[in-house]
Amino acid sequence: MKENRVVITGIGAVTPNALGAKEFNNALQQGKSGIQYWEELTRLNFRCQIGGVPPLTDEYIDSLLPEYFSKKITNKAIIYSCLSGIEAWLDAGFGMGSDTRDPESGIVFGAGDLGFDSLRNSQEYYSYYVDRGEPRKLGSRTISEAMNSGAAAYLNNLLGLGNRVISNSSACTTGSESIFLGYEHLKAGKAKRMICGSTEGDGRYIWGAFDAMRVLCADSNENPAIGSRPMSDTSSGFVPGGGSGALVLETLDSALERGVKIYAEILGGELNSGGQRNGGSLTAPNSEAVVECIEHAVEQAKISPSEIDLISGHLTSTKGDPIEIENWSKALGLSGDDFPLVNSVKSMIGHCIGGVGSIELVACLLQMENEFIHPSLNTQSIHPEILKLIPNKKIPQKSIKKEVKTVIKANFGFGDLNCCLVLRKWEA
Amino acid sequence: MDKKKIIKELIEIITPYVPEKELIDNIDESKELINDLHINSAHIVDIVLDVEEKYDIMIDDDAIGKMNTVGESVSMIMEKIKS
Repeated sequence: MKENRVVITGIGAVTPNALGAKEFNNALQQGKSGIQYWEELTRLNFRCQIGGVPPLTDEYIDSLLPEYFSKKITNKAIIYSCLSGIEAWLDAGFGMGSDTRDPESGIVFGAGDLGFDSLRNSQEYYSYYVDRGEPRKLGSRTISEAMNSGAAAYLNNLLGLGNRVISNSSACTTGSESIFLGYEHLKAGKAKRMICGSTEGDGRYIWGAFDAMRVLCADSNENPAIGSRPMSDTSSGFVPGGGSGALVLETLDSALERGVKIYAEILGGELNSGGQRNGGSLTAPNSEAVVECIEHAVEQAKISPSEIDLISGHLTSTKGDPIEIENWSKALGLSGDDFPLVNSVKSMIGHCIGGVGSIELVACLLQMENEFIHPSLNTQSIHPEILKLIPNKKIPQKSIKKEVKTVIKANFGFGDLNCCLVLRKWEA
Repeated sequence: MDKKKIIKELIEIITPYVPEKELIDNIDESKELINDLHINSAHIVDIVLDVEEKYDIMIDDDAIGKMNTVGESVSMIMEKIKS
């Protein structure tokens, strides 16, 4: 069977430091932190009182979506997903509002959880109506906004796509997994294009549970912008965030036939699990499986590790960061001066849970398109275990002007899940 | 309460649920919410909740069944406000 080549023809993003891919590009180049202090979290006795929340406005929502979204939809994760999904779809040269079903296009859109999200316009979690004996007040939208397939469902309500519409959920791997699943589907020739992405809401309900696990940064409430410091010797936990990223994946044949702009080709990837064995657990990755995941992705992509210009790490600003760098070094067989440049988008936007992988992939494509490597903030003092493997200069503290041809990206998630993708800039 | 005012307020409440804006421009009391204004039937319960909140009234299931048109809905609201 002929395998299709798969390319990316559209991108969209809503992140704590930007609304839309264009603004995100500027924010990445400038190294703009989207992390803020939230007074409410102090009042509610959170250890971590900082987080990344997209600067959403009704004007921005109304510029891309029907009025219904700004007026009635309360789940922020759903709004983020529809904004990034529609932005990507329009960027790929498609229109909105067709009355006909398109069986050649589909969706893979995931979320860590849509039910945890606090409501956008209200002060209360929706299930409290039930506890007060007022279930009728839940109205008709609670199910459609809280069901795990809600993001894909609302997005497709706008588009009418008739191929596979899948909603994946794999914790912090969700975003890159959605792209990987769409890639495999297109490679196998089962559709012409897929909108792939992920989303996560933000606020006290989802963050509270992470705060309770003591995995969030609690030492930067007075200085939010330095809270997220992946690879630093003082990393003390991740900073939570929300947002969404989306890519339009398309078979190369379809993209060439339409004559549209191509950002990059997906050369290969891998998705696996550490089985929660050999050091892997519900919350920590089995390094053996991480290394295998990266090795397989490189093999699938048929590249030599020395061709890699940039590693876009998972790198969350926790004690896992030095282990992650060690795994990259082992899997790629590179260290010291041979090691590629490495950065973490999370240093600017925090960890947007299920939304983060797709946002980070949008960042990879922006760096390829605009020939720069964004800084990894708060890396003045790198962890000594990392410096044993790679020199300081491999972690950019400022934006670097540079052609970026090949990027490798990975995410790792609770449940011991790994996903790795290799992208190459498209040169016509 | 003034009927004209209630019609205007009801139109404001239902507008976000009407998929095509032209339908709102040609709205009158005879228009059926679902068949003429193309409101998704699932959203009727949302409109009822919005109306209840706006006028501080309670609309029971039987009453919902009698709110087919804009005019019927306005009558229902006026009746509940009075009682």
